[in-house]
Amino acid sequence: MGLLEIAMDLLAELREKFPKVVLEVLEKDALTIVCRREGSLELISYLKEKGFKHLIDLCGVDYQGYKSEKKPERFEVVYHLYNLDEKKLIRVKVLIPENDAWQYSVTGLWKTANWFERECYDMLGIVFKGHPDLRRLLMPEDWEGYPLRKDYPLFLTEENEWKGYKEFLASVRGAK
Amino acid sequence: MPENRLSEPEDPFLSVLELQMGPQHPSTHGVLKLHLKLEGERIVDCEPIVGFLHRGLEKLAENFTYPQVLPLTDRLDYISAMNNNTGYCLVVERLLGIEPPPRGKYLRTMVCELARIASHLLWLATHALDIGAMTVFLYCFREREQILNFFEEICGARLTVSYPRIGGVRMDVEEATLEKVYNFLPEMERRIDEYEGLLSENRIWLERTVGVGVITAEEAIAYGLTGPSLRGSGVPYDVRKHFPYDAYPEVEFEVPVGKNGDTYDRYKCRLQEMRQSIRIIRQCIEKLPEGEVVSELTPDLDMMPGGRMLKAEAFNEVAFISFLQEAKEIFPKGELYSAVEGAKGELGFYLVSDGSGRPYRLHIRAPSFIHISAIPKLAKDHLIADLVAIIGTLDIVMGECDR
Repeated sequence: MGLLEIAMDLLAELREKFPKVVLEVLEKDALTIVCRREGSLELISYLKEKGFKHLIDLCGVDYQGYKSEKKPERFEVVYHLYNLDEKKLIRVKVLIPENDAWQYSVTGLWKTANWFERECYDMLGIVFKGHPDLRRLLMPEDWEGYPLRKDYPLFLTEENEWKGYKEFLASVRGAK
Repeated sequence: MPENRLSEPEDPFLSVLELQMGPQHPSTHGVLKLHLKLEGERIVDCEPIVGFLHRGLEKLAENFTYPQVLPLTDRLDYISAMNNNTGYCLVVERLLGIEPPPRGKYLRTMVCELARIASHLLWLATHALDIGAMTVFLYCFREREQILNFFEEICGARLTVSYPRIGGVRMDVEEATLEKVYNFLPEMERRIDEYEGLLSENRIWLERTVGVGVITAEEAIAYGLTGPSLRGSGVPYDVRKHFPYDAYPEVEFEVPVGKNGDTYDRYKCRLQEMRQSIRIIRQCIEKLPEGEVVSELTPDLDMMPGGRMLKAEAFNEVAFISFLQEAKEIFPKGELYSAVEGAKGELGFYLVSDGSGRPYRLHIRAPSFIHISAIPKLAKDHLIADLVAIIGTLDIVMGECDR
């Protein structure tokens, strides 16, 4: 898709405007910008001004135990932005440290980020600062743990069952 | 809230009444629950509650091999499973760097468009039924049945098809079936005229849909709408045109757009889309090249004997279907995002690979998930009866939303 030509202008601009934010630029299926958390919100809103108006996807990735490559931080929040007029896709990856897992919310820029961020919080436990209503979305409200983290077991043991489930079962059986 | 429950009930027309709609309500199209705040019959606030159908597809996918994930994708948007399968196959094919042979591509495009018609028929049927037009429901299901019968002839399954495979499609289609599909197309065109005759100028239909659930192009983009819901607002974004895949660059079709962004325009868009789908299927059958249906470069499948007897816990250690060359590191590491135009909107797959035979992370961008998050915006200041029309017009499927 002629990634290089797109990249040159935009990259030069980004590197100039955000020298401390942009860590790395990769050319994969789409232009990928790896950046620091501090300043990432400004970078994303700058991209929105530059025509990347459609936030198509937002998700988190847990890189604990990633075999093929040493990752600087455990989590990444990945944004996919579209420029519909020029048919371009750009990917912004923001590094999130493990023991300080939060990221700035982009709900102020796009309303659609609301549920994406809630899902990301629900599944990976990344807190979004500035989100109007950060609650669990797909899992029950009283669920413990974050299912898409790599250290979350696929099969729960008996002791590790969903909180309140055993009591619920007992109450139902007792009622019979 | 609970402490008020025993006190004197207030006049519901003066105070805000809270009402739970769903999760078992016929017009919420599945297990969607809406927490409504009402003033009389007017909706002041509305909060969708989802997750009743959450099966942990993304977590499961991380623990399955690439071929094993394919049947899971059937269970996303179970009304047009062909599109989901194609979307998943595309992302893995792009990771592997292979492409299906021309015949495979054309067959995939053909079944995707058939599935799109089937999905739009189901949408029209239930949407009309919600608003009160029973006849359309019966007509639409009649045609949908025919399409499902074609699917049965093509691959043996009607809904959860798993017909597209990584590198092509599972098997070739017989000439006789192709002929039947081809002969069905003019009939389908006449049927669409029939639906339009029943609804497009029907006074009740117009009053229930025109000006209901209006969303401007700007807002639609801010809320992340895609597919016919976005095109109804006049944004001509279609993955098939913007980022073409399979045989779409080689067939001619138009992207119908609406103007006002209301329920009626979205209805018009979808009906036009069905006509375009017919056009695409016709071209696919006419141009269908000869040859193989699966790419030669596709890795061979390795099936474990007695795999069906495996205990669930063993999935973590062994897989009963995997790629034979898995150990040779055929999968490059890296990440990619690829999308298809599903029947509901843009269905995207974000895949992170660590070089092993299982996806490291598979995120599914489901259009229904995003569309449901826009319901509060669309439903504000409408009546409850209009809420039913709004849920219908967004064309949501809970299997896709909850994953």
